[in-house]
Amino acid sequence: MKSLEDLKKVREQARQMTGLRGDQEQTKIIVGMGTCGIAAGARETMKAILDELNKRNLTEVTITQTGCLGLCEQEPIVEVEVPGEPRIIYGKISAEKARQIVSKHLVNNNIIGEWVIGRK
Amino acid sequence: MTIYRSHVLVCGGTPCVLKGARTLKDLLLKEIERYQLSDEIRVVETGCLGPCDDGPVLIVYPEGAMYSKLKPTDILKIVEHHLLKGRIVEELVFRERKSSAGALQGSAVPLEQEKYLSLQKRVVLRNCGRINPDSIDEYIANNGYLALGQAVTTLTSDQVVKIVADSKLQGRGGAGFPTGLKWSFTAKTTSDQKYIICNADEGEPGTFKDRLIMEGDPHGIIEGMAIAGYAVGASQGIIYIRGEYGLSIERMKNAIKQATDYGLLGKKILGTEFNFEIDVRSGAGAYVCGEETALIESLEGNRGEPRVKPPFPGIAGLWGKPTIVNNVETLANIAPIILNGPEWFRSIGTENCPGTKVFTMLGDINNQGLVEVPMGITLREIVYEVGGGIPGGRGFKMAQTGGTSGGCLPSEFLDMPMDYDTLSKVGSALGSGAMLIIDDTHCIVDVLKSFMKFFCHESCGKCTPCREGTTRLYEIVLALSEGTATDTEIQLLKELSGAMQLSALCGLGQSAPNSLLTCLNFFADEFQAHLNGQCPSGICKNLTIESEAV
Amino acid sequence: MTVTSCNIQKPNLGEVIEKYKEFPGSLLDLLHEVQEIDGYLSRDVMQQIAEGLGISESKVYGVATFYSLFKTAPTGQFIIRICESAPCHIRGAQEVLEAIEETLGIKPGETTLDGKFTLEFTSCLGLCGVAPAIMINDQVYGNLTSDRVKEVLLNF
Ligand SMILES: Cc1cc2nc3c(=O)[nH]c(=O)nc-3n(C[C@H](O)[C@H](O)[C@H](O)COP(=O)(O)O)c2cc1C
Ligand code: SF4
Ligand code: FES
Ligand code: FES
Repeated sequence: MKSLEDLKKVREQARQMTGLRGDQEQTKIIVGMGTCGIAAGARETMKAILDELNKRNLTEVTITQTGCLGLCEQEPIVEVEVPGEPRIIYGKISAEKARQIVSKHLVNNNIIGEWVIGRK
Repeated sequence: MTIYRSHVLVCGGTPCVLKGARTLKDLLLKEIERYQLSDEIRVVETGCLGPCDDGPVLIVYPEGAMYSKLKPTDILKIVEHHLLKGRIVEELVFRERKSSAGALQGSAVPLEQEKYLSLQKRVVLRNCGRINPDSIDEYIANNGYLALGQAVTTLTSDQVVKIVADSKLQGRGGAGFPTGLKWSFTAKTTSDQKYIICNADEGEPGTFKDRLIMEGDPHGIIEGMAIAGYAVGASQGIIYIRGEYGLSIERMKNAIKQATDYGLLGKKILGTEFNFEIDVRSGAGAYVCGEETALIESLEGNRGEPRVKPPFPGIAGLWGKPTIVNNVETLANIAPIILNGPEWFRSIGTENCPGTKVFTMLGDINNQGLVEVPMGITLREIVYEVGGGIPGGRGFKMAQTGGTSGGCLPSEFLDMPMDYDTLSKVGSALGSGAMLIIDDTHCIVDVLKSFMKFFCHESCGKCTPCREGTTRLYEIVLALSEGTATDTEIQLLKELSGAMQLSALCGLGQSAPNSLLTCLNFFADEFQAHLNGQCPSGICKNLTIESEAV
Repeated sequence: MTVTSCNIQKPNLGEVIEKYKEFPGSLLDLLHEVQEIDGYLSRDVMQQIAEGLGISESKVYGVATFYSLFKTAPTGQFIIRICESAPCHIRGAQEVLEAIEETLGIKPGETTLDGKFTLEFTSCLGLCGVAPAIMINDQVYGNLTSDRVKEVLLNF
């Protein structure tokens, strides 16, 4: 490292590793991971989301799982919460659909109306 | 670089490791592997997370759920329920223990909402338990080394000294001397060589904060030392770590190597003319070596006997050169002060004693461990809110503040703010921040016996008031516990104590009588009972338990 | 943090002296390393150190006896150091001490007849978060009770 700029570069790279533990409000993706969700393929959905975020380097997003919402036939369920906006709940999200949620909803801020099953 | 959906931070502080944290971590990794979650979940070992008494501890992010008192079967549950299915395992979540009957209470709120943390303000411990201490990248991600970078590229040495002086930071090693002032003396000297010594000899009974800072965030100390070096014009730093602290020595050495590899230590740091290197040296078991001039003697390869001051080390220290000696916690405060400015620092804590203080809470208290809170917090808040009260609902008898060299305060002082100024006014000290809580089942004389034995054992013997005085104090307290002391001896205790405070050469002899004098003052009844052959708590073996209060 | 002394190539006295000779103030580091050889610093060894460094024998002896981690007489293979400072005292160090004394049949300052254990007092080890605490050589043990310490000793 030869200058303050070099240091800042290393910081930006390193941030992506620890961003998850920050306190600031972040966009959240919540995947239903109850037994039924897993049975319906939520693990694949989760993996696809992670993969997509990695590809796009979207470090400012938190991903959590949640238990069964009681809407078992809609599983896998994915919720997206952008700070300051209502939480959008999507149903029957396959791995492929999950990738589209990342690119359309998260990146371009377009809610994919036809998959939405609820808002909170 | 991979993004993980979840980070599991396993506490790797010594107390937790002792309780099997490493085995649990291995099991955790195995389970994560078994569920094929390795690509989604990252496991990191960190420094102390605070509630060591409830170890082993781990935190799962992003929820920030802290699990405590873990057993192998708990790990299985956490992986299956929390990591796989996203359900926090409520019954394992760390929560405050209530003093009443020691029953577990409280609802399972995530860590951040716990009272335990809500009163805390983390400056020094900003990274402890959040980053992997063996990774310089994680430190840098949290703005690590940015303060050093800014200082050497945009500030002059004088400006750095001024910022530290304006922050009103006081030394956290015991004496509370203003750090900026100390630096300004050394900055003004001219010398071919100056030294920055980090005092990590931590021997004050009840104190283990420096150990946990070194284990949890070693780079914070390195950065503070380098900034100090830039401020006063020193190119050599030395960390003197007590010989017993194996893990600290290992972590510090590793961190220094990483910083050197990154060019953050060494020659021409960040392209400037500033050079700075750091050596690790270790002590060999002598409490008095924590005293700055004794420490310097020890570094020169001598018996660790304090020197006569003046000259102060800031003018003539190691090898006769100007030397800054600062405590670990003091140095860990430096980078945040440079980054956020002195006004920010002064906005925390009290007007005369700004900033935070790391306290170790020990003895008869539910949450034994480490906390960082703003200066000026009351004893009551420490004991009953952060500390979770006294086990078994027993009564508070006294607290010894500042470690064994500090004074003892009875319950009347529960609402007194804890800071350097206030405590020294009542004959105690904030010292290193050790808070030893003693409940009403203990006997004052018995506790004092242990304090006095300590000084008797650790006196270096260089000056007479302390060498003879500590032995005599111990003998008299011993006589009290055996029922053979008389009024004359109590008188003698007082005279001798006064003489030691005035004439001992170093802080050890001067502060040895503090606990004794405060106890004589606040618990006179109990001394009287011992003179009458009675030990109200029934602890001193040769004495009888009296039936009524004297 | 565990150090198993058996398989490590022991340093040689002359080499250690040579290594530190050029560094002023390194006497403590030198003594630490030399002590690894026999587990203590004998009169003879201290003489050689003094000669090697060109300092007086009394200086070496003075330093060696000042610090509690240096030993000038043979000790047991394992040194048990029990903390007697107040925080451990309050949390039941006495009970732990009695359990050790009873199990090994020695008092602080003594070594078992088979030369396996030496028991000694120490001031605070900085392990007060898990008081009462002891160290056996480089290993640390906390949250002890009389039963737990007996269990620990059985493993040696
Ligand atoms: C007997 C004795 C023991 C001490 N032990 C320590 C210690 O373990 N760590 C420490 O930082 N300061 C210790 N001090 C205080 C140091 O002498 C010195 O004041 C301190 O390191 C200065 O750093 P600070 O200004 O950052 O607090 C001790 C003082 C005395 C008299
Ligand atoms: S006061 Fe005690 S420890 Fe300090 S120099 Fe005198 S004898 Fe040594
Ligand atoms: S060492 Fe784990 S909480 Fe302190
Ligand atoms: S008091 Fe025993 S380890 Fe600190």
